[in-house]
Amino acid sequence: MSAITESLDHGHHDPGLHHQFEDMGQQSETYIVGMWTFLVSEVMFFGALFLIYTLYRWNYQLDFYIAHEHLDVKLGAINTTVLLISSFTMVMAVQSAQLKKRLNVMLWLAVTVGCACTFLVVKFFEYKSKFADNLYPGAGFADDAVKAFGKHAIENGHVVVNMNHAQLFYGLYFGLTGLHAVHIIVGIGIIISLIRLWFNNAKTVIHDYVPTEMVGLYWHFVDLVWIFLFPLFYLMPQPH
Amino acid sequence: MSTTVTAKGGLPAQPQQEEVNYLNVEHTISSWLLTGDHKRIAMLYLISTTFFFFLGSLAAGLVRFELTSPAGVVLESETYNKVFSSHGVIMVFLFLVVAIPAIFGNFFIPLMIGARDLAFPRLNLASWYMYMTGGLLIMIGFIAGGVDTGWTFYTPYSSMYSNTQVSLVLVGIFIGGFSSITTGVNFIATIHKMRAPGMTWFRLPLFVWAMYSTSLLLILGTPVVAITLLLVVFERLFKLPIFSPELGGDPVLFQHLFWFYSHPAVYIMILPAFGIISELIANFSRKRIFGYHFVAFSSIAIAGLGFLVWGHHMFISSQAMYESVVFSLISFLVAVPSAIKIFNWTTTIYKGNVVLSSPMIYAIGFLLIFTVGGLTGLYLGGIGTDVHLTATYFVVAHFHYVMVGGTMLAFLGGLHYWWPKMTGRLYNERIAQVNAVIMFIGFNLTFFPQFILGWLGMPRRYHYYYFAPEFQAYHIMSTLGATVLGLGFALPAFYLTASLFNGEKAGPNPWNAHGLEWETSSPPPTSNFLETPIVMDEVYDFDPVSEHEQDMADQAKKSSTENPEDHH
Repeated sequence: MSAITESLDHGHHDPGLHHQFEDMGQQSETYIVGMWTFLVSEVMFFGALFLIYTLYRWNYQLDFYIAHEHLDVKLGAINTTVLLISSFTMVMAVQSAQLKKRLNVMLWLAVTVGCACTFLVVKFFEYKSKFADNLYPGAGFADDAVKAFGKHAIENGHVVVNMNHAQLFYGLYFGLTGLHAVHIIVGIGIIISLIRLWFNNAKTVIHDYVPTEMVGLYWHFVDLVWIFLFPLFYLMPQPH
Repeated sequence: MSTTVTAKGGLPAQPQQEEVNYLNVEHTISSWLLTGDHKRIAMLYLISTTFFFFLGSLAAGLVRFELTSPAGVVLESETYNKVFSSHGVIMVFLFLVVAIPAIFGNFFIPLMIGARDLAFPRLNLASWYMYMTGGLLIMIGFIAGGVDTGWTFYTPYSSMYSNTQVSLVLVGIFIGGFSSITTGVNFIATIHKMRAPGMTWFRLPLFVWAMYSTSLLLILGTPVVAITLLLVVFERLFKLPIFSPELGGDPVLFQHLFWFYSHPAVYIMILPAFGIISELIANFSRKRIFGYHFVAFSSIAIAGLGFLVWGHHMFISSQAMYESVVFSLISFLVAVPSAIKIFNWTTTIYKGNVVLSSPMIYAIGFLLIFTVGGLTGLYLGGIGTDVHLTATYFVVAHFHYVMVGGTMLAFLGGLHYWWPKMTGRLYNERIAQVNAVIMFIGFNLTFFPQFILGWLGMPRRYHYYYFAPEFQAYHIMSTLGATVLGLGFALPAFYLTASLFNGEKAGPNPWNAHGLEWETSSPPPTSNFLETPIVMDEVYDFDPVSEHEQDMADQAKKSSTENPEDHH
């Protein structure tokens, strides 16, 4: 192969540049491609569960509707708001990173972590009330439909909800919101380590806003998943 | 890992003192276990996948031994189920899916595109640890009792009835899956953004195209199977009832989700092999590959179509007939890009200056075997014949023709081709050529009788066949073949290891091959290239053939015609 070689100026590196890259432009673009590729993978991860949800909801519309009445829309709405706010604070953190305002970055990231923790606390109380009512999958799943779902379970004096399908609903509820909660917890860990990097004036973040923006991308993705979960589980229209 | 190599003494033409390369730059164990160097991580993968392959082969040997008698020889039914399940789980999840991307992809993508490393070195190391954690959990599962579900883990058997170590093994596969995803992300980012100046998309070696297509499958398919298998674990541990038929769940849904990954996974295993074969055939025919663009895009086409054919594994499930018709049709379409590759490789060899070195013998063996494997796939993609052949040895023979005769021969071809680059040493070429022929014979002797067995009705996963003792001759033939195959796997372990101690120094380009990886020293320095290369010429640009290369080709041709093993 008749390739010729070019002597590049290796002595003059940007302080935030990793050894495998030629320049900051290439590094940033590579980060961006890598992160989006990972997010595509995440979409497939949740996608499988959304597919399962779609299939069972299609098959068991009335049962899912009655089962969903027991979820607390208010708490769900509060959590949605909290996550939307956290997305906003994350945007502010990324902008501060672009402007190299170190204190602002740490502040906005801390608020984001605060929102994430609030979300988890609310989620904890939601889960707790479901467990108190025996609405979790297993042999002990609420055996009395009327006790579990009240008047919704009865129509013309007959119990209309199939408790097996209600159990499927709660299986999906815990599966999907649980997987989402795991992503929130991972996100908290990542954001805290990002705050530490900023706190320690680490070269990799203070000279290059892209790593901060990538954490932001992940966080927006996690929020976006919830934006789908909230209506799918909490805001079902009554089937005809 | 942050060591940089100085230009002093780095020219390959000055061999008087041992050059600093990625192998001898540091010798401590931590310099290996904490390395970010893609070449060292590839070597870690080479060692660990070889170990798991050895375990998987032992299980295969036990299966073949058991089947030499119509009444079974040593194993109870349940033990037999566990043995073939271990064979499948290890070979699929710990060897075939991982091996070529994680070893050769890791090692050669940066070298072929002229980069100093993969895009995310630490992620790359993390992927090896995830793989090892997954592998370890699977091994613990096997030691603690194993699984009897087969590698497919169909529900409701795996979720409700099997009382073996299904959960542990599935968690192991789940964690190992993340190693695949991170590898895929790393490759895609690297190939998109880290190509050297002048390395355009259509100057990429076809191996890189194949790895790119494989990465697409890895990032799109793996998460689906990961979550599906996790749901089975949750059903076993926490009664999360996604696939429970008694609660209105759908166990066949598991099969859909499983094959949505696991059919593309077949292409995850074979596309990297296609990439290697393209390299071997172009370089040992001393010719630009025929229809480069077609070969490149056929990889992408296979990756795309691969996601639309999973239903052909489910013709006898409760799947609707019309679904089956569509899946069958699309399955036949996959044959088109596969055939494009076979024809283009054959045309490349035609009138090429073919050098029958050991890697090329593997490549030619691959062509013959993969053609049989691919064509028998059409029998199984056709709805009518498939109903007759489902769950027989015909299926077993078919996927071993593709996975062993295809991927495994390509793996060995690639290993022989790149061994001098990876280690800097030449192995005994004559023994290697003989071994390639041994592999070819052993392989066909093992698996061709299984086509006949399957056609006659021998079901897979049975450890006895007293109902049809006339099958014994075929089974014994197959077991004999497996013994020859075992020899074919054992020999390279010896002569390749021996080459590390007494092999000749390879020099930068022992094959007179064409490609950036042959422009740097063998083994390459930690930073791969002392200067960033600029690519000025087309890929596989052998024309006009230089006199020196022509001489080499003629000599090799002469010596190979005197060599009786190379008759095919």
